[in-house]
Amino acid sequence: MDAPQPIAKAAEPSSVRLVATLAFAGFLSGLIIVSTFETTLPSITAHRDLRLEQSVVKVLPGAVSLRRMVHRDGHLTVVEREQKGEEIILGGYAADGRLVGYAIPGAAPGFADTIALLYGYVPERRKVVGMQILESRETPGLGDKIYKDAAFVANFASLSVDPEIVAVKKGKKTAPNQIDAITGATISSKAVVKAINTANALWLPRLEAAPRSGTETSETNAKR
Amino acid sequence: MLKTKPDAYQEFLKGLWRENPVFVQVLGMCPTLAVTNSAENALVMGAATLFVLVASSGLVSALQRWIPKQVRISTFIIIIATFVTVIDFSLEALVPRLHKELGPFIPLIVVNCIIMGRQEAFAARNPVPLALLDAFGMSIGFFFALLALGSVREILGVGSLFGVNLFGPHFEPWVIMILPPGGFLTLGLLLLFFNWIKERKERLVRRLDAMEAEAR
Repeated sequence: MDAPQPIAKAAEPSSVRLVATLAFAGFLSGLIIVSTFETTLPSITAHRDLRLEQSVVKVLPGAVSLRRMVHRDGHLTVVEREQKGEEIILGGYAADGRLVGYAIPGAAPGFADTIALLYGYVPERRKVVGMQILESRETPGLGDKIYKDAAFVANFASLSVDPEIVAVKKGKKTAPNQIDAITGATISSKAVVKAINTANALWLPRLEAAPRSGTETSETNAKR
Repeated sequence: MLKTKPDAYQEFLKGLWRENPVFVQVLGMCPTLAVTNSAENALVMGAATLFVLVASSGLVSALQRWIPKQVRISTFIIIIATFVTVIDFSLEALVPRLHKELGPFIPLIVVNCIIMGRQEAFAARNPVPLALLDAFGMSIGFFFALLALGSVREILGVGSLFGVNLFGPHFEPWVIMILPPGGFLTLGLLLLFFNWIKERKERLVRRLDAMEAEAR
């Protein structure tokens, strides 16, 4: 190695220079992030809408189209897009325009994170007719059976909601409002049940107060 | 030993074995343990980290002359976070299912010590081509480490690999392997194995050196 040479002390960069560097970096970063967001937003929204539509068709057998609705001033209103923070419910319609039932979103804390799901409900029969998990970070191989195990999902094909849904140990199902929990994934199974019960507590009274199709007022005439 | 000029090929190779970020430097443990409960998750996480590390190293190395050292860490973080955000949105737009599976661990790439470590230790003081090679090497080393862990945990814990069932319906999965303790167990055993191989190699080299010295 060479003999150490005296190093001229570099001038300390001024505070202005430091702030300017960070400000510029932040500004560029902001530009890039906003551009990426705007570019990907249509694709992301389209994915979400498509997933929702596919889910509605899955949880409401017979439904081919959906309409988003919100609960305002005591009745259900069809909307194009809900306002931020507003809870929505989806009406599922058959090919002939008849209302098949409602697809209701629900969520509850699971083992790992919040589980979000969509379930189909037919008011006349007071039954859940289908369920689909929308978001889950449950453990692969255990909790993820809530969407991977066909037998578990089949629990929700014709499930009575009165007085409320209960999860029982696998194989011990006796009443129509009970479902078989997944062995080794009790918390995840119970979370699914809790999500539906909570959403029922919110929406069933609202649905009973508003009689069928007639009072669904449209915000716009444009179909979804 | 004389310090030789950095050999570009070595800069790339070191990340794979000699200075493997997971098994030698023991960095980036959080995603290593959390996201390796299946081989597919490990793969996507490795790929995302590769993008961020290579892009960040390239940019940091290109801009090193203009970043005052007093604010270098903050600037590195801004650069890294920007790339992570870009890949987060991109994954959500292109592969929404995988994006959902990885969830919060994509934003956590920002605080993956490997990325920040390479900026500070290498990219900020080396030319762009070397910085890129280093980043690639480290990323691939990380990628293989994740894949090794993910595969072992998925095979033992679920009985499948990349979702393909391997052992048939009568296999009793060793469930703990896909839970956090399984991550620690697997990592520990792989670290043990890695260090054993390293030590054997070093012993061999020492013996060869001794023989050479005797022969003179």
